[in-house]
Amino acid sequence: MAKIVEPNPAFTREIIAGGPNKAGGGDTLMLCYQCGTCTASCPSGRLTAFRTRQLVRRGQLGLKDEVLPTEELWLCTTCYQCVERCPRNVEITDLIFIMRNIAAKEGFMSDQHKKIGENMMAIGSTVPFPDTMKKVRADMGLPAEPPTTVSDQKAMADFRKVMEACGFDSLMKGGKK
Amino acid sequence: MPGKYALFLGCVAPYRYPGIEKATREVFKTMGVELVELQGAGCCPAPGVIRSFDQNTWLALAARNLALAEKQGVDIMTICNGCFGSLFEANHVLQHDPEKLKEVNQILAKVGMKYNGKIKVRHFAEVLYLDIGTETIKKFVKNPLDYKVAVHYGCHFIKPSRIKHLDDPERPRLLDELVEVTGAKSVNYKDKIMCCGAGGGVRSRSSGTALKMTEEKLKNVKKVGAQMIIDVCPFCHLQYDRSQRDLPGFDIPVVHLSQLYGMAFGLPREQLGLEAHEVKFKL
Ligand code: SF4
Ligand code: SF4
Repeated sequence: MAKIVEPNPAFTREIIAGGPNKAGGGDTLMLCYQCGTCTASCPSGRLTAFRTRQLVRRGQLGLKDEVLPTEELWLCTTCYQCVERCPRNVEITDLIFIMRNIAAKEGFMSDQHKKIGENMMAIGSTVPFPDTMKKVRADMGLPAEPPTTVSDQKAMADFRKVMEACGFDSLMKGGKK
Repeated sequence: MPGKYALFLGCVAPYRYPGIEKATREVFKTMGVELVELQGAGCCPAPGVIRSFDQNTWLALAARNLALAEKQGVDIMTICNGCFGSLFEANHVLQHDPEKLKEVNQILAKVGMKYNGKIKVRHFAEVLYLDIGTETIKKFVKNPLDYKVAVHYGCHFIKPSRIKHLDDPERPRLLDELVEVTGAKSVNYKDKIMCCGAGGGVRSRSSGTALKMTEEKLKNVKKVGAQMIIDVCPFCHLQYDRSQRDLPGFDIPVVHLSQLYGMAFGLPREQLGLEAHEVKFKL
């Protein structure tokens, strides 16, 4: 028996509206006429089960449960190749950001990505700044500590405050997996 | 000669590949272009994870960096495609959507800051090409190079082209020309404009998938006999350099354009940080 999928029009509307952040590009969702140029251009889809056209279609139909919990949603490298070639000017990468924002809001965030979020909250950087690097920098004739959030406490406090004001810390606590 | 720029360091260059930072500083100093410090700057923020999680946080953190440069009255210059992508696109949103600018400024007000949408976001390669120009750069080449190199554009430098207008996204020439000023020859290879595989949070979440994309690119580069990869993004740089630890059969040095210029300008090798790479530069 074929599986009957329940469309969820509210999900479609949520994408069109730009997701929880009312971000741009969502209003191009319905322009897609399923030509498949995006899938054919996708470096990630070449090597994985991720199909860009299918993801856009799932968005159009509101197949929320086939989008939010999937690994495929996170296989886009945001390379914009599909956007460059789409004959309908669908903002595909923006749509993917919007769907990811909805997924994150519903708790679908990987531990690896959360770790990067935690680095951001701690030192204002995606990657750690180990002490050994200070020596490497100094030996090269650079200041041991660059003039960024890693060496400027006031700046770091501000950076964290901005993240908190946006609710990033509570978003990170809402993880499902 | 052009004016001055605020050097935006990002994360990967200063904390992982400081040779890129050093080479950039020295190369611009040699050409007499002033780079001012962006005291207190943070992550751009990363288009992969931060924008994927929450676009308001992404926008507000970008606006904070933009405001730091605006306060000094200078445009931002990045040395990384990821930083360029985030800051350029965030700036585009803030300059075109007064509602978003207002919301972001309500957040920035909590730390006593404000962004007015007055500055531009530049990538160092297009500053070299458009503001300084290949004719001028040529005058600083003291040590012409005769390498055969594979240029990697990366994704967030010229794309999305509808807002960046820097070059043809399918057949770009800008970087090839910049590389050839040094005497090096830029060779064509299959899927030259393809992604390195690392972006969008793929490297951190699905490293195996990222690695497969990188392997594709490395195979294509190897096939045409290029002696090195030239990039304009520390994150692509990291992906190509570190992946070769896990991929047997490759020994292709990875060089940021600033480091290539450092060599061509005759700067001391130890200032370029090439020894700190996973794949040693033996040429
Ligand atoms: S290229 Fe554009 S129109 Fe064609 S399937 Fe993809 S999103 Fe739809
Ligand atoms: S932006 Fe994403 S979906 Fe589009 S081609 Fe690149 S990896 Fe594929």
